[in-house]
Amino acid sequence: MRFAAALASAGLFISAGMAHADTPVLTIYTYDSFTSEWGPGPAVKTAFEAECACTVQFVAAGDGAALLARLQMEGSTSDADILLGLDTNLTAAAKATGLFAPHGVTPDVDLPLAWDDPVFLPYDWSHFAMIGRVGGPTPASFRELAASDASVIIMDPRSSTPGLGLLMWVKAAYGDEAAQVWADLRDNIVTVTPGWSEGWGLFLKGESDLVLSYATSPAYNIVVENDHSLQALPFDEGHYMQVEVAAKLAGARQPELADAFLRFMLTPAFQSVIPETNWMYPAVMPEGGLGAGWDDLLRPATSLLLPEDEAQALRGPAVDEWRDALAQ
Amino acid sequence: MARRTGAISGPVAALGLGAAVAALCLLPLWAVARAAGFSGSLTAADWQAVRFTVVQALLSAVFSVGLAVPIARALARRQFWGRGLFISLLGAPFLLPVLVAVLGLLAVFGRGGWLNSALAALGLPPFSIYGLHGVVIAHVFFNLPFAVRLILQGWQSIPAERVRLARTLRAPLFRVLEAPMLREVLPSAFALIFLVCLTSFAVAITLGGGPRATTLELAIYQAVLFDFDLGRAAQLALVQYALCALAAGLAGVLGRQTGFGVGLDRHIALPGGSAIGDGAAIAAMAVFLLVPLGAALSGGVWGLAAMPATVWASAIISVTIALGAVAMVLLVAVPLALAGGKLGRGLATAVPLASSSLVLGAGAFLLLRGAVRPSDAALAVTMTVNMLMALPFALRILTPAADAVRRDYDRLARALRLRGWARLRIVYLPRMRRQIGFAAGLTAALAMGDLGAIVFFAGEGQATLPLLMQRLLGAYRVEAAAGVGLVLVTLSFGLFWIFDSWGRRGAET
Repeated sequence: MRFAAALASAGLFISAGMAHADTPVLTIYTYDSFTSEWGPGPAVKTAFEAECACTVQFVAAGDGAALLARLQMEGSTSDADILLGLDTNLTAAAKATGLFAPHGVTPDVDLPLAWDDPVFLPYDWSHFAMIGRVGGPTPASFRELAASDASVIIMDPRSSTPGLGLLMWVKAAYGDEAAQVWADLRDNIVTVTPGWSEGWGLFLKGESDLVLSYATSPAYNIVVENDHSLQALPFDEGHYMQVEVAAKLAGARQPELADAFLRFMLTPAFQSVIPETNWMYPAVMPEGGLGAGWDDLLRPATSLLLPEDEAQALRGPAVDEWRDALAQ
Repeated sequence: MARRTGAISGPVAALGLGAAVAALCLLPLWAVARAAGFSGSLTAADWQAVRFTVVQALLSAVFSVGLAVPIARALARRQFWGRGLFISLLGAPFLLPVLVAVLGLLAVFGRGGWLNSALAALGLPPFSIYGLHGVVIAHVFFNLPFAVRLILQGWQSIPAERVRLARTLRAPLFRVLEAPMLREVLPSAFALIFLVCLTSFAVAITLGGGPRATTLELAIYQAVLFDFDLGRAAQLALVQYALCALAAGLAGVLGRQTGFGVGLDRHIALPGGSAIGDGAAIAAMAVFLLVPLGAALSGGVWGLAAMPATVWASAIISVTIALGAVAMVLLVAVPLALAGGKLGRGLATAVPLASSSLVLGAGAFLLLRGAVRPSDAALAVTMTVNMLMALPFALRILTPAADAVRRDYDRLARALRLRGWARLRIVYLPRMRRQIGFAAGLTAALAMGDLGAIVFFAGEGQATLPLLMQRLLGAYRVEAAAGVGLVLVTLSFGLFWIFDSWGRRGAET
């Protein structure tokens, strides 16, 4: 697949490189779906290039975890100016590499929880939620789900960020009882998929009553397909959040441009693109709201989010606990 | 020219080539280990993963090869309308993108699938595909047809003269001809499928039903991407190599060469056997193959209209990669097959199969870091990785044919003073045409469907078809993704069919 990238970049280098030899290039490492033509990437690039007198170059590598691994392998030799696309479960590990620089911004963001991270700035967020079908089972908590015979598909926390988010969700809600909750859920879990798209695909094929996804997932079906058959289920424990963040590299070749991009990220030009490309809530809510289709979505009363250090420390033991409880 | 061909036809040359292929695979592992040092020791959970990995691969290989024998035998004995197309279709599941194949299997065996509808109608309890048996069913779906092709080649390698002689002498056909042929063909087919299943990642967890179905490859994935523990990744990759070495060594010990001798390049359908039994075997294969395949592809028809226009640009890139991979594989595999030498070919077969593609990618990245921009190296790395991944299959297909030709015709060719290119053109290539076509087709299709684990080499730009499909899925566009999946499968199968039928057209007369 990367041959594609090579072909394109070989071509682009000659044309873009020559035509804009004096234009600075801002290099942004991000995940695959951000840069695809259905993602926010193209619109974000156009909008920022209109005001920065620069060229935005996205480098897409798998998911958030793959991005961080690549940066760690490159170390200080990286071309990256910005890393965009980690979530808070990985930011502690990212900071520990010492590769990132503080943003120096006091962000005014509309998150359910206060944001005071000096290095990472949020650009969008959503709650994790179990998605079911209208008319299907509607357990109102993990315990109720475990006691019911509703079937659910989840993702593996060892290979996917939603899977890791679910792990943290149960841990944040149940603490030391998490192992018991997992053991009780064992007979409800149809299977554990390596990534989100496999799980979502299996659920749509009718393999389970419920699937782990985001509270904002039904928005796609409502807005694009006018399909109102899916719903996110409110859970009494509260819902764990995924907050997607970006940061500037300490070794950025274009530090000023990188700073400008981080400020731009929280303006309407960037934020207005997010909802209907990434299907997440923008970090800064536009004045007019998000429009039809978004109003009926689940807005959990309680938001859960472990502090990044705690999430980092818990990850290993929680994965072991999850595996042991489910592998019985 | 003559001198050069003479020089490469020897076990030493084969060993050199094989060692070069092995080095290409092991160098990245060395780079990863050097960056981090081997670290830690295997945990209880790791051993559990090793156990599951081996058990599922063993069962998958046993069932794939065991079931393939009667089906291949039936195909070798029967002529029927559409036989050629059916044999070509046997290449198809092997070439499906994993998610497409899994969704096809679920349409049949899933909770809401046809099997469960039938069971419910009969008042029987439902069948769940999730678990070890589901992993094995999926691996058999992928590999059984491939095993049939390999074993069918064995039957077709028995010269017509031998069959006639045996019949004239009223000798037991199975004992004098078929059993020795199976003895030669089965161990290597078994080892190949065992190795393929050993490095399974997505199938094993998607259908495994839970963390009990953890393979080594998943543990490597986690170590590299989520824990960034390269030392652990290197260590797990070594364990995977050790398992593969064991399997490959065992196959080497068990395999025996037959040496049926020369015929007039004519093959006849084997006599005997019950027509009903053969018909049942072929029909069962057809149902197990075609029903999930049809289910997998029919979903894509509705998605064709929803596809983005970029699908055609992606298709061109994917086809280009596939053709490049074919050229590279043939350039390496044909000389290696002709050179003989068990050890060299064994190295070139087992080492790439045993490689964790993620470790390959990470290691290549570490090796090239600083020397070239990752996006500039993407082309070369993709081609090389595709070549390495298809090489074991190409070798397994080409080797028996090359050995047979050398055994049977080398003396004659020497006597006629046919050397170099002339010997290749007149003696070897025509007799290997069927196998070259099959190997080229398989390589093309494997390269088309490859998502590449070289996630680290990304740049900006156009996506291949599998990547486009992945991106559509990630953006909730399930229907459009199914459409792209259909285009991908059609093109891969089209390429496979063109090469494969080119090979078979020349060989069947």
